[in-house]
Amino acid sequence: MAETTIPIPSGAVTSERGTYLETIHSWIVTVDHKKLGIMYIVYALLFLVVAGVEALLMRIQLSAPNLHFLSPQTFNRMFTMHGTTMVFLVGMMILFGFGNYLIPLMIGARDMAFPRLNAFSFWLSAFAGLLLYFSFIGGSGLPGTGTAPDVGWFAYAPLTERAFSPGHTIDYWTVAILANGIGSIGTSINIIATVFCMRCKGMTLMRLPLLAWIYATMSFLTLLAISPLTAAQAMLMMDRYLGAHFFDTQAGGSAILWAHFFWIFGHPEVYVLVLPAFGFANEIIPVFSRKAIFGYPAMVSASVGIAFISLSVWAHHMFTIGMTSYGNAFFTLSTMLVSVPTGIKIFNWLATLWGGRIRFQTPMLFAIGFLFQFLIAGLTGIMLSVSAWDWQLHNTYFVVAHFHYVLVGAIIFMIFSALYYWYPKMTGRMLDERMGKWHFWLMVIGFHMTFDLMHIPGLLGMPRWIYTYGADRGWGTLNMLVSIGGFVQGIAILIFVFNMVWSYFKGPHAGPDPWDAWTLEWSTASPPPSYNFSAEPVVASRRPLWDLKHPEDPDSAFD
Amino acid sequence: MDSELRVKSSVFIRRLKLAATALVLWPVTAAASPSTSIFSTLSTPAREVNGLAFFVLGITAAIFVAVSALLIYALIKFRARPEDTAEPAQVFGSMQIEISWTIIPILIVTVLFLGTARVLFSVQDAPKPASALDVTAVGHQFWWEYHYPQYNITAANELHIPVGQGATGRVTYLKLTSADVIHSFWIPQLGGKTDMLPNRVNEMWIDPAKPGLYLGQCGQFCGTQHAKMLLRVSVDTPEQFAAWVAGQQKSVAPLAVSAATSTNDAVDAPTGQKVFEQQACINCHTVSGTVANGRFGPDLTHLMSRATLAAGAMNNTPENLKGWITNPDDYKTGSLMPAMHLTGKQYAQITAYLQTLK
Repeated sequence: MAETTIPIPSGAVTSERGTYLETIHSWIVTVDHKKLGIMYIVYALLFLVVAGVEALLMRIQLSAPNLHFLSPQTFNRMFTMHGTTMVFLVGMMILFGFGNYLIPLMIGARDMAFPRLNAFSFWLSAFAGLLLYFSFIGGSGLPGTGTAPDVGWFAYAPLTERAFSPGHTIDYWTVAILANGIGSIGTSINIIATVFCMRCKGMTLMRLPLLAWIYATMSFLTLLAISPLTAAQAMLMMDRYLGAHFFDTQAGGSAILWAHFFWIFGHPEVYVLVLPAFGFANEIIPVFSRKAIFGYPAMVSASVGIAFISLSVWAHHMFTIGMTSYGNAFFTLSTMLVSVPTGIKIFNWLATLWGGRIRFQTPMLFAIGFLFQFLIAGLTGIMLSVSAWDWQLHNTYFVVAHFHYVLVGAIIFMIFSALYYWYPKMTGRMLDERMGKWHFWLMVIGFHMTFDLMHIPGLLGMPRWIYTYGADRGWGTLNMLVSIGGFVQGIAILIFVFNMVWSYFKGPHAGPDPWDAWTLEWSTASPPPSYNFSAEPVVASRRPLWDLKHPEDPDSAFD
Repeated sequence: MDSELRVKSSVFIRRLKLAATALVLWPVTAAASPSTSIFSTLSTPAREVNGLAFFVLGITAAIFVAVSALLIYALIKFRARPEDTAEPAQVFGSMQIEISWTIIPILIVTVLFLGTARVLFSVQDAPKPASALDVTAVGHQFWWEYHYPQYNITAANELHIPVGQGATGRVTYLKLTSADVIHSFWIPQLGGKTDMLPNRVNEMWIDPAKPGLYLGQCGQFCGTQHAKMLLRVSVDTPEQFAAWVAGQQKSVAPLAVSAATSTNDAVDAPTGQKVFEQQACINCHTVSGTVANGRFGPDLTHLMSRATLAAGAMNNTPENLKGWITNPDDYKTGSLMPAMHLTGKQYAQITAYLQTLK
């Protein structure tokens, strides 16, 4: 058995500072996975703020009955852009950013398998986002006559057909998502190739960090999910410009066909987003519990199992669309089955905490928030999988609350956790702990105020996508509280943005391994040199740095 | 530029004032109206779903309590203490434990699935009784159209159906479809939602237990005014329903024409009818027995039998009616009814006419 050999860095890596122009040029032409990863993350954080502002505008409009803060048209554009932005420009981009940054470092490689494809994918996805937002300016064809798309993020046909959506807003949406999807496919291929071909010596698949395992799984899922979406967008364009009638119900097309295509993409997409969050938890929870992850093989198979099952659950978004009872029963069962591997994951995280010495630093606080919130999100998910009950819950604020529990309570919380955890690696500076705790507690309070209460108007019959509601419906008080919670989250995120900027200049130096962690990225300098490792590491277990720090009790002895 | 700014800021101030008024009035105006809670169910399909809902809530609540108690216990018990220096014992997993927490969720899923399947099949595949009332409901941007094939009636926005339970009860079977984009028919107290799709007919049934007014609204985003595509269902006793049917079947009596009608000067119903029929109104609206036979907008033959206008956007009062036809955007921005740009007198005349459509 090979011994673990990792050259420990001799000190800070000094790099020569160029002029501003040279710096900008170096970022634009870079093919370095770390720089691309950081660009993905910064790009996504900018759009997080944009889409967050859109959400707050909607919350002002809904905070009391019969308000006229936003016109119905503007409100419809806001929720369409909020959803599209959060899924495609924030979720996908930031997760690919972490994947890009971390995977080569974690598997002891010097870069991704295809560095130029990597840069191409980033710039394609990035410009797709700008194209989507250009619709605000040029959506109707001429500069200054713009309107953003206003059909909801899943853009059900035939509302998107030219008869109901004249102008070019839908075209901006379609082309932007199509282009963004090509970028996602490029990155997925890159991640798969990197994980399977670029691992350092000794890193067998069963020694692969769980994060890399999950990114490989998520990338396969992305390949399978983005293709039907791209096909559907192509069909929609053909409907709108070439006289095809796929979704054109006035000429015999099918509205359900779009729904199937969209959700065959849309449901796996949820797992594309949530799997990396699981990956972060798999890395962060053990380090702050000071214990190895419990049940590594079970965690790997649960991730792969979730990916497989998630390919057969899409029509649970369509329980009200008029499927037969047998169709509804099938998708009820397949959806409920997702809870089995998901349950395994939660129990394994619990078992990792069990018997540990848990350190409550900011990354861990967010991870703990994630554990509770993901548990609740999973349980409301089970409620929605009960198809007969879903006839009532479908398209209400209960559903909105449920998927924000997943997307904010689980995914965004884990993204914050990951940012606190890997920011020192990326910048060489620690984020401020005190501001981090403020960020965490305000976020928790705001999140629960918003999304716990949001379930209730749904149960009281409030559908989503409505720009206002009557005073006699009894939804006013709850919506006011939900809106206040939204602003509390906004303040929390402002603190976080300030912390990121402030700590970049003033934060304490991190050193290579500030958390006393065990995976390879902590063996190199912070920030790592462009070549990552001065010599190729050799590993003998899942936790190479543990082996080095504990020669008396190395993991490799049990491997 | 400056004046444009001022206009914009005045719009903003008006909106702020509206917002402030709404805020102040909201506790006052939040008077009791029929519930739209999915838990206060008053029909068989809704009640069966409700029973299932509480069963699932019970199981998920138990899971939540058990798992979060374990989590909280672990977080407190295994927190790092200042005196800890060494690393804790490293445990890598246990096959027995993994198997047990795979099998227990599978058993729970089995129970949940069987419970769901029972309700699913009993609601969705219930045989249709011979006495059932048939209604075809058609979704439009942004209103509802109803056909009663057994009575040859066409109505709009407010659905009338008989009580569905008890000795004289009669179940209602709805065929749901759409004239344009996807809508969804939903009255929470009576049942879950069913989508209305163009080029397709979906079915659902309801058997309301009590007469009264039931509220709901469109459940699928359908365009600008999705929010004000409200649904009102009046559940009638058999006698009330028979009377309503008779009223809807009545044809409109021709109006007596006065001398002033010929000059279009009088503000009365007959002049209003003449103006109405000379305008584009009749391209979209039907008043049966007259030349107005448009199909794009709601049938107006018995407009005054409805309590609200524009799919529940406002009460059906003469002022609202006149305001609505004068400028629909004031009441329901983005509705497909255009402002006709007539004179104030013409609007008054048309309003007078419409008020005779009982």
